[in-house]
Amino acid sequence: MTAENVKANSMDKTAFTLTIDSDNLAWLAIDVPNEKMNTLQAEFADQMKTIFNQLDSKKSQVKGLIVHSLKPDNFIAGADVRMLEACQSSLEAEQLATQGQQMFSRLSALPFTVVAAIHGPCLGGGLELALGCDYRVCSDDNATKLGLPEVQLGLLPGSGGTQRLPRLIGLLNSLDLILTGKLLRAKKAVKLGLADACVPKSILLEAAKDYIAKPKRKVKIDIKEKLIANTKMGRKVIFEQAAKKTKQKTRGNYPATKAILKVIEYGLENGIEKGFAKEAHEFGQLVMTPESQALRSIFFATTEMKKDFGSDAKPKTVTNVAVLGGGLMGAGIGYVSATKAKVPVRIKDVSNDGILHAMNYSYQLLSKLVKRRSLTKAQLQQQMQYISGGTDFTGFAHKDMVIEAVFEDLSLKQSMVKDVESNAKKGVIFASNTSSLPISKIAQGAAHPENVIGLHYFSPVDKMPLVEVIPHEGTSDEVIATTVKFARKQGKTPIVVKDKAGFYVNRILAPYMNEAARVLLSGEPIEHIDKALLNFGFPVGPIALLDEVGVDIGAKITPILVEELGERFSAPDVFEILLKDNRKGRKSGKGFYTYKGKKKEVDKSVYSLLKLKPESILSEEVVAMRCVLLMLNEAVRALDDGIIASARDGDIGAIFGIGFPPFLGGPFKYIDKVGAKKLVEIMNEYAGKYGSRFAPSDGLLTRAGTGDKFYPS
Amino acid sequence: MTQQEVKTRNGDRIAIVSGLRTPFARQGTAFKEVPAVDLGKMVVSELLARTGIDPSLIDQVVFGQVVQMPAAPNIAREIVLGTGMNVSTDAYSVTRACATSFQSAVNVAESIMAGNIEIGIAGGADSSSVLPIGVSKSLAQGLLELSKAKTLPQKLSILRKLSFKDLLPVPPAVAEYSTGLSMGQTAEQMAKTHQIPREEQDALAHRSHSLAAQAWEEGLIQDEVMTAYPEPFKEWIAKDNNIRNNSSLEQYSKLRPAFDRQFGSVTAATSTPLTDGAAAVLMMSESKAKELGLEVLGYIRSYAFSAIDVHEDMLMGPSYATPIALDRAGIELKDLDLIEMHEAFAAQTLANVKMFASEAFAKEKLGRDKAIGVIDMDKFNVLGGSLAYGHPFAATGARLMTQTLRELKRRGGGLALTTACAAGGLGAAVILEVDKVEADKSGTVSGTDKKHGAASQNTSNKGDK
Repeated sequence: MTAENVKANSMDKTAFTLTIDSDNLAWLAIDVPNEKMNTLQAEFADQMKTIFNQLDSKKSQVKGLIVHSLKPDNFIAGADVRMLEACQSSLEAEQLATQGQQMFSRLSALPFTVVAAIHGPCLGGGLELALGCDYRVCSDDNATKLGLPEVQLGLLPGSGGTQRLPRLIGLLNSLDLILTGKLLRAKKAVKLGLADACVPKSILLEAAKDYIAKPKRKVKIDIKEKLIANTKMGRKVIFEQAAKKTKQKTRGNYPATKAILKVIEYGLENGIEKGFAKEAHEFGQLVMTPESQALRSIFFATTEMKKDFGSDAKPKTVTNVAVLGGGLMGAGIGYVSATKAKVPVRIKDVSNDGILHAMNYSYQLLSKLVKRRSLTKAQLQQQMQYISGGTDFTGFAHKDMVIEAVFEDLSLKQSMVKDVESNAKKGVIFASNTSSLPISKIAQGAAHPENVIGLHYFSPVDKMPLVEVIPHEGTSDEVIATTVKFARKQGKTPIVVKDKAGFYVNRILAPYMNEAARVLLSGEPIEHIDKALLNFGFPVGPIALLDEVGVDIGAKITPILVEELGERFSAPDVFEILLKDNRKGRKSGKGFYTYKGKKKEVDKSVYSLLKLKPESILSEEVVAMRCVLLMLNEAVRALDDGIIASARDGDIGAIFGIGFPPFLGGPFKYIDKVGAKKLVEIMNEYAGKYGSRFAPSDGLLTRAGTGDKFYPS
Repeated sequence: MTQQEVKTRNGDRIAIVSGLRTPFARQGTAFKEVPAVDLGKMVVSELLARTGIDPSLIDQVVFGQVVQMPAAPNIAREIVLGTGMNVSTDAYSVTRACATSFQSAVNVAESIMAGNIEIGIAGGADSSSVLPIGVSKSLAQGLLELSKAKTLPQKLSILRKLSFKDLLPVPPAVAEYSTGLSMGQTAEQMAKTHQIPREEQDALAHRSHSLAAQAWEEGLIQDEVMTAYPEPFKEWIAKDNNIRNNSSLEQYSKLRPAFDRQFGSVTAATSTPLTDGAAAVLMMSESKAKELGLEVLGYIRSYAFSAIDVHEDMLMGPSYATPIALDRAGIELKDLDLIEMHEAFAAQTLANVKMFASEAFAKEKLGRDKAIGVIDMDKFNVLGGSLAYGHPFAATGARLMTQTLRELKRRGGGLALTTACAAGGLGAAVILEVDKVEADKSGTVSGTDKKHGAASQNTSNKGDK
């Protein structure tokens, strides 16, 4: 074959290929050219039309059709989200949905049996395609996962998923899947009736052939399901309950969940055809909502960031790490290193109790997974074998990276650097999980300061997806890239930030928390403050967050921030009073809330301690704005000071590190949405009412003047 | 008799590079929920972590357990699979009762000598706390029949055959299968036959505990014992918990005999307790260790196994295996700098000591004209023995070798005997050698493993408080 031939071939290569074998069995192979994953794209509709025409012409002889993927480890990962960005109107987006629906309806209307042979992720549009088939056979591989995650992008399954799924597996299970976007393993999918068989990968296609012999599917409905969901009354109750539960979770901030409920109910009341039309229409509407746009921008940002290593150097692979300190953070870092990055990790602590604590922490988390049956006991033991410990530096000679999570004490950390340098191999990276100390100071006195870097995790480490990677002036490019790569291996989303007090996340979080404390001191009830920010879209209220993080931690960072960054970081006199009463938060059993009983309740004695008579005067909106405005203002300063490299990093950092409402897209996306000019007006108004700390930053004023956006469209 | 060349074809000696064990814990204490296989995994993981050797270089793991767990009969392979070692590391299990890890070490040595492998790990683990409790023979048979019975009356008739007694669980016995005699009864017989007085037995136990306690106190042991953090991660153990730190002779004389209440002399304190633990050694040829830049603990000079009748003097193995090993090494007893004999019972140990010196025994039993030799007690079990440390059956051989090599090194090198008796009338003897240190005569040893502080008689006793 000549070179031109090859080129011509690869250009002609289509994503879908139809072959009919000697047994008159039709095989539809999916293999999107030049991509690692199969994703559905708008232009495939034409290819499918050709294929349907071919099938039509041979329908008398064809016995059945098997749909399968030629990629080694995925079926179809979903529709290509990029095509939504090209849509100018909801009508355009609606048409995309309709096109998909028609394609899959034609698939399901074929006169012979159609079977999907699924190995690897089968998500979103991929599962909707599979739902258009009569039967679904899955491989039992761990890579095989089924689900409709559209809701996580602020959308609904637009190619028939909301209509076909409830008719296949019942209303209750469908609501659960579509509203949460959760993914199912093959075995569970069979249990729910979503898939028909779960077989070893080696016989997947053979098993699919078995199903070709069966007649086209007639949906049978479970009796219990019939009683509950197939009566108008029953359905009404289910939808009311679901709406209530969803409202509780989303606080009305996510329009997709509402639309999903509406579309499913409509389809059940009015029949599948009308249901399809409604689904496409609502899909089109959702694509255009700012919420979905924001969620999609996060999706793109995180995808893009996976290619970014914070420097141009080639990252090395870290295969062996140690963690200094077996406290809460050290234990969490040990856990993600062993179970996510899957590297041997040695916990070093001054006491065996510390090491035992760290091991027990991982053991508890893994035991929960065993209980949920997502892990076997043997797998738990195997993962635990990755974690070893000792009170000396035994085994450090072979470590590529040492992550330090000892007390926040500069001289202690400096002596750790020296200990590690003299006990570990040459070139070992010393990563400090400090939240407040400058990395440059920790690196002072190091023989190899180029190998010292900050790696700031958030608590609880196993849950919080962000890490801040903090090079100091002298950190080498290779160390930055290697650290970013390893943090990603731990399942984290790293952002590289500048070595200045508070880095990024704590710098924007501190003014927000301080303001919440000021609001409290003005006499607003704790529940009211937390509820205001929950409704704004934060996952935890600021006062509850203080309890989680620890009041002592806040008290420790504040003076450093004030000294380095200015008076605007000074905290109201709440922390000292609480600490004197030994109220550190959850870890000490009491803080603003009590942690004694099962239910977490506000500890009313806090009010008398602070000499307050709680009374709700400010509206929720004002409470939320007071806290959020200061955070936004500081985020702009951090960007202009070069703490973060881009607005994108700032948005991802705030969402993944603090839980800034994802549907707002992050602080910078949010400012763009509100408009700098409008924001400056609001801030000036607040400055007049509540104090000069609300004065907009220079960067914000400039942008208000020029009309520049953080994300120029 | 021809000498044994424990060397590869290139003339390389077989090196023990490093050895490690878990703390030894009395039955039902720190390791009460930990099966032998997990103890083995624990010690091998830590051995690898400490030496930092690339696990894919390990060609073979030979491991053993005496109390077999039906769930994991090939403990060696479970260790490879369960510790994240390279799956292509070959592994098989051996058993030779209390000499099991002598056997696993010899197997690895022979594989290296034959050129089949370059690097291997040998060891053993036993749990006396997590035991395979069985069912009576009639219940086992009944259950099997039940699984085949089809009709209800058939099933009922099988059940009717079983009595209440058949339903009681059957724990594994520390007894000889062929004679039904317990090890304690054998020790009692040896005490009587060889006239080992009660006082001498008590004195040996007291000596053992005192020396072991002192060795720990002086920091001689800690670097060969890992701190264990066993599942469910609620407590840790850094030190053997059987050793009496304030041993006094009077404590021993108060005890009543355990196996023959009326005429006996063997007590609980002069018998090794049931113990949980694991031990392992990393072995390779001398030149391989040099190539990898690993410091060597010492070498195997020669080894021998022996077997005698089980009805009488069954635990006399050391007296039979030692002369062979000495001959194979081309040396005599007096050439040894240290003698380390497994103390299953004080009576058994002292009977062996006696036979070493006995010309009559040599002539009658060994067919030699001269006695093996009089043991210089200043060289004998200098850090205490199994009576104090405890005896997880399959782990003891590896403990003896590591402990002896490190002591030999501290003393500037030389030759040492490690020997043990084993059930079934078996005996094992391994002669170890550590190159003499010439340059430094001040008493501190320059060749020791500084990083792990092996020469740390003076360092504080970290991590075991």
